[in-house]
Amino acid sequence: MTSSPEIALSVEGLEVIFSDASGVVHALSDLSFNLAANTFATLIGPSGSGKSTLLRVLAGLVPPTKGQFHFHNHHDQVGLVFQKPNLMPWRRVTENVSLPLELADLPRDEIDAQAHDLIKLVGLEGFESAYPRDLSGGMAQRVAIARSLMHDPDILLLDEPFGSLDALTREVMGDELLQIWQAKRKTVLMVTHSISEAIYLSDKVLVLSQRPGRIELELIIDLPRPRKPEMRYLPEFSSLAHQLRDSLRDTQAMS
Amino acid sequence: MSAAGSISKLHKARPLKRILILFLSLVIGILIWSAAASIFDLPAFILPGPGLVWERFLRSLESGQLLQHSLATLSEVLAGLFLGGSVATVLGYLIAKSPALENLISPYLVASQSIPIVAIAPLLVIWFGSGIFSKILICSLTVFFPVLINTVVGLREVPQDLRDLMRSLKASRFQTLTKLEIPAALPIFLGGLRVGATLSVIGAVVGELVGADRGLGFLINVGRGQYDTALVFVAVITLAVIAMSLYGLVLLIETQVLSWQSWRDEAK
Repeated sequence: MTSSPEIALSVEGLEVIFSDASGVVHALSDLSFNLAANTFATLIGPSGSGKSTLLRVLAGLVPPTKGQFHFHNHHDQVGLVFQKPNLMPWRRVTENVSLPLELADLPRDEIDAQAHDLIKLVGLEGFESAYPRDLSGGMAQRVAIARSLMHDPDILLLDEPFGSLDALTREVMGDELLQIWQAKRKTVLMVTHSISEAIYLSDKVLVLSQRPGRIELELIIDLPRPRKPEMRYLPEFSSLAHQLRDSLRDTQAMS
Repeated sequence: MSAAGSISKLHKARPLKRILILFLSLVIGILIWSAAASIFDLPAFILPGPGLVWERFLRSLESGQLLQHSLATLSEVLAGLFLGGSVATVLGYLIAKSPALENLISPYLVASQSIPIVAIAPLLVIWFGSGIFSKILICSLTVFFPVLINTVVGLREVPQDLRDLMRSLKASRFQTLTKLEIPAALPIFLGGLRVGATLSVIGAVVGELVGADRGLGFLINVGRGQYDTALVFVAVITLAVIAMSLYGLVLLIETQVLSWQSWRDEAK
């Protein structure tokens, strides 16, 4: 499945400099890339390379020092998934999922219908009235994914969403994320630390350099879709993994 | 903490067993009290026995005296809780939002906390008279600090990730308040209110002891003046019951409003 040429996100010459008590941090420098609509892209890079910062800029949480970014679609809302599920402990599953549309003041029955559909999509039927404390890590992260889709954003930003899950759950969640992505046709930008996860999920992997972060490599992953777990053992897969690992090693060596 | 833990464990026990234990501890207390009064052969104006106090209780109940003074104290306590609590909540919100305001106000807050309420109560009675208003002010002042601190702490503890979530969803300031800050800060806030409720009772009695014409503190003064120590006992026990009821009431609100928190888990 190839992505359409229409561009969903363009980032041009992005630069982010923080200054806090400990001094000045040059987080991102002259960072540019484009994402075509419906692309699944992952962002990989050494620790402290500004991956999370980039996501926070795109989510509107951090103003860029220089440069700009555009969402080329009808609304500039993004869906955001954090490393931790980040649910409200006083809200039940349905209420947590409903939050984005409650904030948009939509009618109740519309919110309920949408929440119901998404809870079904992430496979949490029967847990609608559970509180977050009763959910496992994987289930809680599914709630978070459903919540991020609630206001139907064109772009999903995921910051190491499976970082705190065990290896097996992580692979299952990856497959589910792909299914959701295919069902909903979103443009996804996801931060990960795992090379094989990046290749397995993505159409395109962006390698970020050591701080100040810029795009070191844009690697197109042309493995066929839908992806299957066995593909991890294909020679193409390991050659892509090699390229990524070399690029990561280079950027780490430069510092 | 350990005391709170063992109290929670007591709550965890089956209701019937709990009531039985409570009843038993009351009976033992009264027995010791009764034994002390008779063994040491103390005169009634020093230590009246339980029987005498019970009799005095019935008499003051019959005359309407006890009810009248209890209601006076209770209304001071509740008015003070409301006034002090609301001012503290609003100020707490502003302080949590503005570090500049915190720097401006905190010296006064710290200073005000180092002065015991007993020391400024006479001043308030001089300024505002011996009527109900000075007592409400004293109650408000005692309630003020724990509610203020817990409001500030509660708001500061709202996880940054949830604030970021609200911002990424373009929530308004009002939406952030109602959908995030209030529910997130509520457990700590209600904890402050619970402490404030019992402190408010202390405030009311202190005010009434300094100068008043009604209230349970006034009744204690009357009993002492007339060597009617049984009446002092009646007033003190009534005060304890009022304070415990208020504490229990806030606790009940907490368990109802915060049902999403696992109370049983916390007791472990």
